[in-house]
Amino acid sequence: MGGRALRTAFLALMLLLLCAPLVVVAGVSLNAQKRLLFPPEGLSLEWYGEMVTSDDWLGPIGNSLTIAALSALVALSIALPLAYALWRRRIFYARALYAIGLAPFILPPVISALGFLIFWNSIGYSGRIENVILSHGIFLVTLPLVTISLGLETIDRAVFEAAATLGADQRTTIRTVMLPLIVPYIISGYAFAFVLSLNEYIIAYMVAGFTVETLPIKIFSSLRYGYTPVMAAVSVLFVALAALIFGLIGRFGDLPKLLGAWTPEKR
Amino acid sequence: MSEVRPASGGLLPLIYPSVMLGVFFLVPFGIMLAVSFFHRIEGGFYEPAFELANYQRFLSAFFLEALGISLLIAGMTAVICVVLGFPFTYLLTRLRRRHQVLWLVLLLSVLSLSEVIIGFTWSVLLSRTAGLSNLLVWIGLMERPDAWTPGLTAVTLGLVYLGLPYTVLVLYPPLSRLEPDIPEAARTLGASPIRTFFTVIVPGQRRAILSALVMLFVFTLGAYVIPQVLGGPPQWTLAVRITDQALYQSNLPFAAAMAIFLMVVSLGLIGLVLLLGRERQRAA
Amino acid sequence: MGLSSVTNGLVLQGIDKRYGQVLAVSDVNLTLPPGQFVCFLGPSGCGKTTLLRIIAGLEMPSAGRVRLDDKDITDRPAHQRNFGMVFQSLALFPHLSVGENIAYSLRIRGVDRAARRRKVEELLELVRMPGLAERHVSQLSGGQRQRVAIARALALEPKLFLLDEPLSALDAKLREAMQVELRLLQKRLGITTILVTHDQREAMTMSDLVVVMDQGRVQQVGPPLDIYRRPANSFVAQFIGISNLLPAVMDGGDRLTVAGALFTVAGERPASGERPMSGGRVTLSIRPEDVHLFAGTQTGPNRLPGTVTFVRDVGASVETYVDVGGETVVQVAAPKDRPPVSAGDMATVELPAESCVLLRE
Repeated sequence: MGGRALRTAFLALMLLLLCAPLVVVAGVSLNAQKRLLFPPEGLSLEWYGEMVTSDDWLGPIGNSLTIAALSALVALSIALPLAYALWRRRIFYARALYAIGLAPFILPPVISALGFLIFWNSIGYSGRIENVILSHGIFLVTLPLVTISLGLETIDRAVFEAAATLGADQRTTIRTVMLPLIVPYIISGYAFAFVLSLNEYIIAYMVAGFTVETLPIKIFSSLRYGYTPVMAAVSVLFVALAALIFGLIGRFGDLPKLLGAWTPEKR
Repeated sequence: MSEVRPASGGLLPLIYPSVMLGVFFLVPFGIMLAVSFFHRIEGGFYEPAFELANYQRFLSAFFLEALGISLLIAGMTAVICVVLGFPFTYLLTRLRRRHQVLWLVLLLSVLSLSEVIIGFTWSVLLSRTAGLSNLLVWIGLMERPDAWTPGLTAVTLGLVYLGLPYTVLVLYPPLSRLEPDIPEAARTLGASPIRTFFTVIVPGQRRAILSALVMLFVFTLGAYVIPQVLGGPPQWTLAVRITDQALYQSNLPFAAAMAIFLMVVSLGLIGLVLLLGRERQRAA
Repeated sequence: MGLSSVTNGLVLQGIDKRYGQVLAVSDVNLTLPPGQFVCFLGPSGCGKTTLLRIIAGLEMPSAGRVRLDDKDITDRPAHQRNFGMVFQSLALFPHLSVGENIAYSLRIRGVDRAARRRKVEELLELVRMPGLAERHVSQLSGGQRQRVAIARALALEPKLFLLDEPLSALDAKLREAMQVELRLLQKRLGITTILVTHDQREAMTMSDLVVVMDQGRVQQVGPPLDIYRRPANSFVAQFIGISNLLPAVMDGGDRLTVAGALFTVAGERPASGERPMSGGRVTLSIRPEDVHLFAGTQTGPNRLPGTVTFVRDVGASVETYVDVGGETVVQVAAPKDRPPVSAGDMATVELPAESCVLLRE
């Protein structure tokens, strides 16, 4: 039937569109020439070698990983008690705080970026890596907040009552029932925040761009002031890392449900 | 039901999130709002004042051009993203679960890609030496390779790529919750799959489509890297101007005023979407 | 019940439960003697589940006291009551295996691993699921989940065993099997059990004592047959199986008029209240299976002539609907025990005096 062929063609086109830049960059990263060429002329892993040996690149990679790991932790530390309090009692204050937690991620990031920049400047403490960590932590609160709230909503509340009738007080119930049940959602919230922090540019740049070089900042400045195939190699590394993390969530978690589908089990 | 959960301690877990969000989010916004009314001192600083000079500059050609191009780019990108993303998401939600997960992993990977990397990959793809034009030359459609960047088309393409995964994720919940009976009912009434899509699915999802358009518009309005990497100064959006004023022209009050303006526009649009969502709930 | 002076067992005194303006449970006074199987029966929203949750300590009553063996436990939180409870959704812990679910209460009390394992095996034996301790909860069938929930609730040898419609999700066949099994289990353990249900058949077949509830109030308490034979009011009469309810007027002594015919009533007295005065309005209640049916128009004591409006043959029995002067009387009989009348025929119903129950308006 015509509809079926059309459907396949459309999906293939989308696949091509989504993958084309990735393929080109992967090709460029394997180029034996230092010039920007595609298809590559001669294959070489030289640029990957340079990426993992030169301090020019290892520094930003290290900064990015440190910032991502810690800022995701900051985001999680804010999101977990907030999601929990909101789930327990939907009081107005908790709902308002939840909305504030969603705001930084929904607004254009340049707004938060400028807010953070002015804030750190006004308190006279700027240009440090901890500024970026905290700023990213606030910016990314949304992600664990959403996943953990989702996780809590999926729990049958009778489970907590069952724990109570079996002799568990509140603290024990949280430790033995609630936390184990939301661990997958905590992990995926952390992972989302981690990956997005890793790739975030504008906030990191505004807050401490001149002193703490993250990988996106490094790539951006290379893009402006001189091409090197190492950029491509680093991009491939980051795409691979993101795909790996989301692949793991997809493999061990319920990705469709995390993204808002209902009863995906049926399909 | 609330009896099981004692009233005491209901606010206790909120103390730390309140402090963090208050100090590091609300306070910065407050300061930014204040700074937008401050007086700029030539040479990089500002002094407390209350003047509307920064907002008055919105009437300058400089600002209006940036605003115009921002709106144009955001509008085009939002429309293209939804036109491509809606049928795609619909097809995606009809796929088997395993395949859905694979697509979602790909989409999330692209979504999480740094704007910088996307800008870079598209600059490669549209470049003269390594880009698509080489492919077209190779199959004989073009005489010789050409550079398609910088320019409005390149910026739009890059932003579509940036916004597409986001579009899919906005549309995924409503479309995946669509009753499979509805298209099936249309099929039994004699509509072809394509007719079903345009006569039943699209009209039924008008609000989801509108929400996606607005979300995408807001999302693209904040684009910073791609207009700069794939476009020239004529394609510099508000976000680029804000950064430029803040970091290179050292005019924080004006940057803050523009950011506040951007925020008001964004919040207004998001409020509109929420309002629509509420109407839908009431209607349901 | 003749137990009012005994304070052993569970005693509820003047229990109210208010949600805003709504009174979910209203002035409930009950004494449940130890070792019995009690059903709280009523339509959805009648307050039976709320009452059970108050007993469990999951809700605080707005007024009244809960006593167990003469101790006031009203303010004791659920986790200190040691009542086993099976929830409607079963509420098994999805992150734990069968054995871990059952041993949960032991684990949080610090019982050592070996003792826990012994208890799990013993309980799995009891619910006839030996050797399945390692299974994951998601791998179980509906009936098996049911058994795990029961075993988990019994792990601490609770003083009270509370069940909130746990069988409602099962299909009819499995439900009946579980009813029998649950009843046998309760008899073997001798544990005081309260089952909440809206299924009158379930309540009638399982319990020693039925508590019928409607609109937050207890309508009647008694052994199942008593409730069936002598409903206290028209709600109970109608809720417990199909009942014919006919308006009647007292005519002095044991006589009354129903649809223009003179009736005598003998046998069972109404379950509550005294005889209405002569000329008072009452409702006569009779079970369809107690009604006799004759072809044609016949007269005599307690007989009402009328027209057959509808015949419903359900195989093992036949329901005949007879219109007698504007009121419908339903008669149920085995196919061989009924005259061959069909819709439109003239027929007469006899309501034997000893089967009629008078209910106050």
